[in-house]
Amino acid sequence: MDATLIASQLVNGLQLGLLLFLVAAGLTLTLGVLDYVNLAHGAFYMLGAFFSASLLELTGDWPLSVLLALPLLGLTGLITERLVARPLYGKSHLAQVLASFGLLLVIGALAMLIWGAEGRAIALPHALRGQARLFGVVLPVYRLVIIAAALAVAALLYVLLHHSRFGVRVRAAAANPRVAQALGIDTHRLHAMLFALGAMLAGLAGALIAPITEASLAMGAQVIIIAFVIIVIGGIGSLRGAFVAALLAGLIDTFGRAFLDTLLARVLPLEAAETAAPALSAMSIYILMALVLIARPRGLFPPPARGGAA
Amino acid sequence: MLRKLVAAGALLAASATATLAEEVKIGFVTTLTTPAAVIGRDMLDAAKLAVKHMGGKMAGLDVKLIVEDDGFRPDIGRQKTLKLATRDKVRFLTGYIWSHVLMASRKPALDSGAFLISANAGPAPLAGKLCHENFFSTSWQNDQVPMALGEVLNRKGIKSLYVIVPNYTAGKNIMAGVLRTFRGEVKGRDLTKWGKDAQLDFSAELAKAAASGAEALFAFYPGKAGGAFLKQFNQSGLAKKMKLFTVFTVDAISLPKFSKGGIDVRGHRSTMFWSQDLDNPVNRRFVADFRKEYGRDPSFYAAQAYDAINLIRAGVEGAKGDLTNTAAIRAAMLKADFGSVRGAFRYGRNHFPVQDFYLREVVEGQNGKWTFKVVEKIYDDHQDPYAAQCALK
Repeated sequence: MDATLIASQLVNGLQLGLLLFLVAAGLTLTLGVLDYVNLAHGAFYMLGAFFSASLLELTGDWPLSVLLALPLLGLTGLITERLVARPLYGKSHLAQVLASFGLLLVIGALAMLIWGAEGRAIALPHALRGQARLFGVVLPVYRLVIIAAALAVAALLYVLLHHSRFGVRVRAAAANPRVAQALGIDTHRLHAMLFALGAMLAGLAGALIAPITEASLAMGAQVIIIAFVIIVIGGIGSLRGAFVAALLAGLIDTFGRAFLDTLLARVLPLEAAETAAPALSAMSIYILMALVLIARPRGLFPPPARGGAA
Repeated sequence: MLRKLVAAGALLAASATATLAEEVKIGFVTTLTTPAAVIGRDMLDAAKLAVKHMGGKMAGLDVKLIVEDDGFRPDIGRQKTLKLATRDKVRFLTGYIWSHVLMASRKPALDSGAFLISANAGPAPLAGKLCHENFFSTSWQNDQVPMALGEVLNRKGIKSLYVIVPNYTAGKNIMAGVLRTFRGEVKGRDLTKWGKDAQLDFSAELAKAAASGAEALFAFYPGKAGGAFLKQFNQSGLAKKMKLFTVFTVDAISLPKFSKGGIDVRGHRSTMFWSQDLDNPVNRRFVADFRKEYGRDPSFYAAQAYDAINLIRAGVEGAKGDLTNTAAIRAAMLKADFGSVRGAFRYGRNHFPVQDFYLREVVEGQNGKWTFKVVEKIYDDHQDPYAAQCALK
C-alpha cells in the first residue's frame, strides 16, 4: 500500500462523509428539535438533484443552477412542513413514519411523472472536469469542490446555530418547547424554518452529488437509511455528533472498499475474499453503530436532556 | 402506471373490436417501471414496429401483443408469465431483459407448452443443462459478448488488466467471460455493491485501479451506474494512464444522456453482435423506420425484440397458420431464415444464435450526434461455451 493511494482514499472518504453530513444535519435537527421522524428527508436529496438538473437546462450555468435550487427546496420544505409534518408534531412516531413514508412515495411518483424514469445526467463546466495535483496526489477537481462547499456550509451552520439569535431560539425550543413558547418565541415559525433549512441542506447534497452519479429516482431511498444510522451514532439532535459520525461513515466505507479485499485475501481464497469484501464493507457502518450503541446507548454526543417536552 | 393504463385501455378497445377468428397471441414480459423502464420501452417500441411492418398479420392471422411489466423482479416476472400462459393462453412468450427474471419464468412458460423466446437475457443454464426444445434466443448467451471483448484485448496487445464489475450473477459471469479469453495478467479486480441500493461512487476502486499499474481497465455497468462510472473515470484523469473497455455499458439508450451530461465517450470501444450501421436491407429498414417512428436510434435491445417478433412470424408461417402444429413451428424457427437485423446466422443445438461479433466505436456522426460505428469483426460464427452441455441435438 503506497502513501499516495492512502492519501487519495482519504480525500475520497472525506468527500463522501461531508456529503452524508449535509443530509444527516437536516435529519438530526428535525428529529432532535422537532421530535419528528422524517422518512421523506431523502426525497429532498433527490429533488435537489432534479431541481438543479432542470435549472441547468434552463440557465446553462451550473453554479447558478445549484444556488437557484436552494430557495425552491426551502419552499418545498415549507409546504411539506405545513401540510404533512405540522399536524403530526407530538403525535406517535408511528403516525409520523407512516405519513412521511407516504409522502416519500408521493414525491417519488411525482418526480417520475415530471422527469421520467431514466434520470438526468448533469454536465459540469469544463473547469471542474479535470484533475488537480495536491502534494503529489492526482485528484478530481470536482471532488475538491464538493469538500470545500460542504465544509463552508458546515461552518455556516455552526455559526448559525451557536452564534446567532436564530440558534439561541432553536436551542431553547429544543430544550423545552413550552417554556420557549411562553417566553414569546414563535415556535411554529421556528419549526417551519428549521424544516426548510433541513430540506435545503439535503437538497444541496443531492445537487452536489448529481454531477457524479446523475439525478435518479432511487437516490433518496439510498441515502436515507445511512443518514439515520449516522444520526443514531452521533446522538440524535447533535450537529457535532452528525458531523463526526458522517466523517467516520465516509472514511470507513471508502477504506473498507479500498483495502478490505486485499486484507481478506491473506486469510481467504481470492474468490471468497472478493465476494465477501463488498458485503462486509457495506455492513461495516452498521457494525460501528452496534458497537457505539453498546458503549454509549445515546450516541457519541448526546445533546442535553430535553425537559418537559414529552 | 399511466402508460400501463393507456396500454390496458388500448388492449381493451382492441379486444372489443376483434372478431372470433383465431389470432396469434404473444405475451411480452419486460420492465416498464423503475429506472430500467427505458430498456423495456425500447424493446416494446421495436416489437410494435415489427408487428406494423408485417401489417399486423402472421400467415393471415391477426397478431395480438399482450404486454406485462415484471417490475425488475423475478417473482413478479414469473407471476406475469404464468398469467399469460394460463389465462391468456398465449402461444409465444418473449421480452425478458433480465437473467434472473427469465430463470424464474422458464418453468411456467415451458410447462404450458408455449414457445419461450428470450429477447435479451442469456443465462448459462438455459444454454447448457436446462436447454429446451421450445426455448429460443434472439440475443446471445451472457458469456459471448465479454469473450469477444477479451479477444479484443489480446489483439490490441494489452498485457495487464484491472477489472471492476458489480457483485451479482451477471457481473461475475461477465468477468469470467472476459478472463476466459484474455491471455494477459489480471492486476486486480473489484466487485462493487449492486441491487436496489447499488454503489454509484467508484472513487475508491478507481484509485486502486490507478495504483495497480494495469494497462487497461474493464468494466460492466448497465443502466444508470454506467453513466456514473464513465463520468468518474473521466474526472479521475485515468484515461491518460489506462484504456477503458466495457460491455453493455454504452448503448443507444445511454448515449444521448452521456452527450447531454458532458460525459465524453467518443472513441469508446465495446463488443456486440449488432450495430445500427450493419449494412443489410433488413437492418437499414429497421433503423430508418425506428428513427422515423420514435425519433431516436434503436438500441441492441430494440434490435433483439424486433428479431423476436420476426422469428415468431417465421414459425407461424412455417406451420401455415396452424398454431397447434408445434413441431412445424419449431422446425421453421430453427432455420433462422426470418431475415435478422444482424444478417445471416444459424441456431446451435441449444437454440442460441451462432453468430458474428463486432467491435464498435462511438464516433461523431453527421450533424455532430454521437453514434456507433463497426470497427472490425472479432468472431465469425461464434458459439457459446455451454452448448456442448445441452442434450438436444
